[in-house]
Amino acid sequence: MSTEARKPPPQIALKIRRILGGKAGWNGVAVQFAFAAILGWIGYEIVSNARANLENQHIAAGFGFLRNNAGFDVNQTLISYTGSDTFLRVFVVGLLNTLVVSVVGIVFATVIGFIVALCRLSPNWLLSRVGEIYVEVIRNLPLLFQILFWYLAVLAALPNPRQSISLFGIAFISNRGLVIPSPIGQSGLAPFLAVLALGIVASLALRVYARRALFQRGQVIRIWPSVLALLFGLPLATMLVFGLPFTFELPQLRGFNFAGGSRIIPEFVALTVALATYTAAFIAEIVRAGILSVHKGQMEAGSSLGLSRGATLRLIVVPQAMRVIVPPLTNQYLNLTKNSSLAVAIGYPDLVSVFAGTSLSQTGQAIEIIAMTMGVYLLISLLTSAIMSVYGWRVSRSLGA
Amino acid sequence: MKRVTLALSLALAAGLTAQAAEAQTLKTVKDRGMVSCGVSQGLPGFSSPDDKGNWTGIDVDVCRAIAGAIFNDPTKVKFVPLSAKDRFTALQSGEIDVLSRNTTWTISRDTSLGANFTGVTYYDGQGFMVKKSLKVNSALELNSASVCVQTGTTTEQNLADYFKANNMKYEVIAFATNDETVKAYEAGRCDVFTTDQSGLYANRLKLASPNDHMVLPEIISKEPLGPMVRHGDDQWFDIVKWTLFAMLTAEELGVTSKNIDEKAKLENPELKRVLGSDGNFGEQLGLTKDWVVRIVKTVGNYGEVFDRNVGAGSPLAINRGVNNLWNKGGLQYAPPIR
Repeated sequence: MSTEARKPPPQIALKIRRILGGKAGWNGVAVQFAFAAILGWIGYEIVSNARANLENQHIAAGFGFLRNNAGFDVNQTLISYTGSDTFLRVFVVGLLNTLVVSVVGIVFATVIGFIVALCRLSPNWLLSRVGEIYVEVIRNLPLLFQILFWYLAVLAALPNPRQSISLFGIAFISNRGLVIPSPIGQSGLAPFLAVLALGIVASLALRVYARRALFQRGQVIRIWPSVLALLFGLPLATMLVFGLPFTFELPQLRGFNFAGGSRIIPEFVALTVALATYTAAFIAEIVRAGILSVHKGQMEAGSSLGLSRGATLRLIVVPQAMRVIVPPLTNQYLNLTKNSSLAVAIGYPDLVSVFAGTSLSQTGQAIEIIAMTMGVYLLISLLTSAIMSVYGWRVSRSLGA
Repeated sequence: MKRVTLALSLALAAGLTAQAAEAQTLKTVKDRGMVSCGVSQGLPGFSSPDDKGNWTGIDVDVCRAIAGAIFNDPTKVKFVPLSAKDRFTALQSGEIDVLSRNTTWTISRDTSLGANFTGVTYYDGQGFMVKKSLKVNSALELNSASVCVQTGTTTEQNLADYFKANNMKYEVIAFATNDETVKAYEAGRCDVFTTDQSGLYANRLKLASPNDHMVLPEIISKEPLGPMVRHGDDQWFDIVKWTLFAMLTAEELGVTSKNIDEKAKLENPELKRVLGSDGNFGEQLGLTKDWVVRIVKTVGNYGEVFDRNVGAGSPLAINRGVNNLWNKGGLQYAPPIR
């Protein structure tokens, strides 16, 4: 005999009323629909009006221009690009340049930010003052000014390519950037990469196993010798069997510039340094606030267990602080990404510079290009937010909150 | 930069949605009491502000001449400094009435921007400037050089074409404004600075030691620079077009800002037509009968404007060359006023 309660009949109409109408009931639903209709109508009017007027004035419209040849060059491209490629490819080139400066900037900003925060919290008087001065100086100066400072400071300090500073004859620093030998894959490359990947996966698996052993059985397993062997010994052994995975092409001074090798342009360095140090000042304050938000008793509990200050921070305080840190940290990541559009001031070919700048004035299609650029920044920002939300959710879950 | 472009684009979208092609530019200008004129952010000889904020240059004088023809007052111009990449959007959105900003006349700009070129104020061509210490005598020796260029210009495309056609490699570093480009060139970021040759001479004056730099002999492109107006207002198009022609015609007839009053008294039928005592061409344009007199009194004839701003009477000291009148071996030619 079943004693289960009967399911209530589905009340879709009621649900709709509650979601859309709230307390106002069916009237509220009607208002919502009317409002949505008006919004849609306004949007339609704007688009159709703009389209008609663009046509009247013979201003080219639509996205057909993306298939046209760009006809100009870009000095840092992560994918192959020449002047005879399309505007669509310019868009991708610019987007990748924006992404690479943002990602590198975020990594450095986070690392510097955490270090500065720990400095400020340090009981060492000198360290904490240094941290404080860093934060107050950097965050109170305009970012554009800092970018220009790094760019002009970097350029002014460096010699021209003919007098470049040589690092052991293989890398060269000049005002054209840092030139380093570029790797050229050989026959041993494939097995080398395969073994390296295997080593990394095995090391991670080992770590999971060791943690489980520690938490479930209280057994301490020393894994670092095996990890060392997996990550370095195994690839070395492969190299002996299959030969060198790659050789290096050395840069050589030829004419005005270096030929061969890879180059990191000074614009990239200046922009990354400026973005990373600037954002780090804000991250430092966020991290400091996060750590201070953890009750002092936690720190004392850590020391009474005999943990060192570093271990207490790493194992007890920071994991709890992360819950407070992550949301504002996300904001800083978003700011850094958006601030990278200041690149145009120093000639770094980011999305705004090559697409919303050069391409816009070559084609004159301001509405399409600005819309695409805005859409991309929105997308990048939403993706970053989503990733950080997932991370924040995991942090909260692991703390059982 | 981004914010400016964005603001202009929004203005463009809003302007386009608010009203159809407004064909009443002259009326708008008269109501406002000002001609709104888009110029560069500072290119000596063409449009640059002095330390008191007064604008001078050929492009500036074109706008002053338009204001002279309409208001008989050269000060009734509002100058709007624009970067290369913002200039067309500013014109399309109606923020400016005329774009007089060393802009190269090309077919794509003439046909796809919703704007028209009204004539050629200066025949230019793209060149290269290098440091003398590089010991380079020809642009063909520039293989693997780094080149500084202002973004959003025809220069950028000519550069790509030239190096490709001559099978040379190069690195391009593009900056948003002219000043940033020159600063980077001076800081040694690049070996070569390229722009229109007149611009090279003008920018060389801005460098700390102009004599350490030289302009290479090659001219790699045709750059006819001229003013632009929006589509859809033929009257305004005519006014801007004929303002330049009036300046050229005045030079051709030997009428200058100094002798114009005597010339007006002469019984020469052509002079009488041009200077307005015969016929009503000015009124047909929507201006006054004495429109040419007003223009010449305001800025002088084309030759005076050239000499004062870029020619012998200026620090740039550029030869008239192809910018001389057609009957003196140049390309400047105005249709007859009759």
